[in-house]
Amino acid sequence: MTDPTQTTKPGRTDRPDGSFGRFGGQYVPEALMPALEELEDAYGRYVLENEDGFMDEFRARLADFGGRPIPLQRADRLSERYDREVYLKREDLLHGGAHKLNNALGQVLLAKYMGKERIIAETGAGQHGTATAMAAAHLDMPCEIYMGRTDVNRQRPNVFRMRINGADVNPVDAGRGTLKEAISETMRDWSRTVEHTHYVIGSIVGPHPFPAMVRDFHAVISEEAREQCLDRLGDLPDAVVACAGGGSNTMGAFHHFIPDEDVSLLAVEAGGSSLEVDEAAGVAPNSATLSTGDEGVLHGARTTLLQDSHGQIMESHSVSAGLDYAGVGPELAHLVETGRVTPVNVGDRVALEGFHRLSTEEGIIPALETAHAFGYLHEVCAEDGAIDDDPLGETIVVNVSGRGDKDLETVIEKTAEMGLEAAPDMSVFDGGLR
Amino acid sequence: MSDRSTIADAFADGPAFIPYLAAGDPSYEASLEYVEALDRGGADIIELGLPFSEPIAEGPTIQEAIVRALEGGMTPERFFEFVEDLEVEASLVCMTYYNLIYQYGTGEEGPRPFVERAAAVGIEGFVVPDLPAEEADPLRAACDEFGLDLIFIVAPTTRGERLERMMDRVSGYVYVQARLGTTGARDDVSDQTGATLERLAGYDVPKAVGFGIKTGDHAERIVAAGADGIIVGSALIDIVADGHASGAAVEETAAALETRARELVDGAARGAAADGNVPEPEQP
Repeated sequence: MTDPTQTTKPGRTDRPDGSFGRFGGQYVPEALMPALEELEDAYGRYVLENEDGFMDEFRARLADFGGRPIPLQRADRLSERYDREVYLKREDLLHGGAHKLNNALGQVLLAKYMGKERIIAETGAGQHGTATAMAAAHLDMPCEIYMGRTDVNRQRPNVFRMRINGADVNPVDAGRGTLKEAISETMRDWSRTVEHTHYVIGSIVGPHPFPAMVRDFHAVISEEAREQCLDRLGDLPDAVVACAGGGSNTMGAFHHFIPDEDVSLLAVEAGGSSLEVDEAAGVAPNSATLSTGDEGVLHGARTTLLQDSHGQIMESHSVSAGLDYAGVGPELAHLVETGRVTPVNVGDRVALEGFHRLSTEEGIIPALETAHAFGYLHEVCAEDGAIDDDPLGETIVVNVSGRGDKDLETVIEKTAEMGLEAAPDMSVFDGGLR
Repeated sequence: MSDRSTIADAFADGPAFIPYLAAGDPSYEASLEYVEALDRGGADIIELGLPFSEPIAEGPTIQEAIVRALEGGMTPERFFEFVEDLEVEASLVCMTYYNLIYQYGTGEEGPRPFVERAAAVGIEGFVVPDLPAEEADPLRAACDEFGLDLIFIVAPTTRGERLERMMDRVSGYVYVQARLGTTGARDDVSDQTGATLERLAGYDVPKAVGFGIKTGDHAERIVAAGADGIIVGSALIDIVADGHASGAAVEETAAALETRARELVDGAARGAAADGNVPEPEQP
């Protein structure tokens, strides 16, 4: 039994070479290898050893600029509805409206300590791009963001925010124009500019040391949540629930709970419109990588992927741009393989219902990514829920990874399309908003 | 170090010309013609690209070639059939990304089934742009088992221990990346090339330079700077792409490729005749 009053050491699962079990590694073009070695060295000194007070400065800036610590709030209506104790880790209240700033601020600050002169980043939903643009403005670094054309079109408010913070936004036309293509293009930029540029990768993906380092910057989420649970409830929760695309909010919310074996950790993936795969078209109409993918090598790491039988990467799909990715962080792949983390998924429709429920009942408009976690909660906990299996227990922490302002256009459109019951009547807006 | 393939022989009689094309670009049949045209034009080794959906080391020219080849139905198995259908004198090297090598076969035997099949159709070596020396031991072991070469890319940023590690594992030739960045034809020749060649001077393995070589003059200067071979991809794919876009006959595009190949071979020969001295740029 774990003693819940004992502060546990962080549940590090990475080995010194950066691998997580059989996942991880550094599968990148040769030109980038020296940069990864330089980054490994900087990560070790500044992040792990707090050299020159790096972590102290990071924590201070997260407090003053970011607004940490972030509250753990009891969701009164959901608790009543489900007859359980539902708590919300309100990362949507972090500056910028999503958990992404933890990592972006950490990496831009690290780039400064390393003497780099320029920041580049990829973005899917635009949350990482906006967080990076903010952090770069805050720390006075020039910044360029790569974003798939499809995502530019469906996440326009975030494009405007990045531009207004002074970042350049480069649309990527390759493939389906989503996160996968944006990452590939940012890696290409980095291989040209590696000597003076730092690539602020936006999730726990990519070559070592990114997965471990990004996790460490986000680990403050579970560090706070764990303490808040012990302070408020005198005990640990029975389950922590977080949505999972690449997996950065997921690992941030899970990390300090990993040694607490009685706490269930649920990673909610995007089931999209279906879990069936169209092999001939190279399309998976979902992003349920942990649930349905298999092992392969993408974007610098050996991990779990959506791929066809030849090893070509599939085009993924989700109503949520931030979950729309054919890979997942190697550490999450490892934790699923060892059974510590349970992958589950809900589709677009259930996620949208979750979106409306949280908005109307709790007064919190969540990001569509986050809405997947609430969709899952409902399917398990509601009397009419579709999932019989109940790994959640009585006390549940849900990570509210971001706010949903960026998604309103998509939500209004999809809500009308699906004729959702849980949604307010949007018909008065037909034709008026676009 | 392995020298069981014939790849090293390609460097025996003067500088080697090593063209790259994406197999199946823009169609299986046309691509066969194009590769054979380069062989007639004097290729010593041909790097054949097996297209992967996420080619992170490629610039726009080769990315577009890969899209055309994938749309034309190229798969790993079709690629092996393609190699069997080719009638060429040159040695063949497969250039692809690690996931395709890794996924071939049952998925439990690592890269071995892919290497075995490649060896059976006559492939003599591999270039894998997303596989640094640190991750390459399983592929190196499979190459040793079947007598194939594993070629590594040396970047302008590769130095010290990393260079040593790579030189311990390389065979056939080293691919000297002429400049930082992705693949693509350029109008000038990088001065990073000479510095990299200098760092490699003490190693007894042929040095072929790629990334950005476009014309016979480039080839001449690169060879004069000490390269044992030149690798040319994007400049040739530009010809394929132009032919495809303008609807030119396959024979016409093939002839243009053969002409460019001869220009590059002649340039390389002039560079070798310059005996290690970098010639002054030609006056217009």
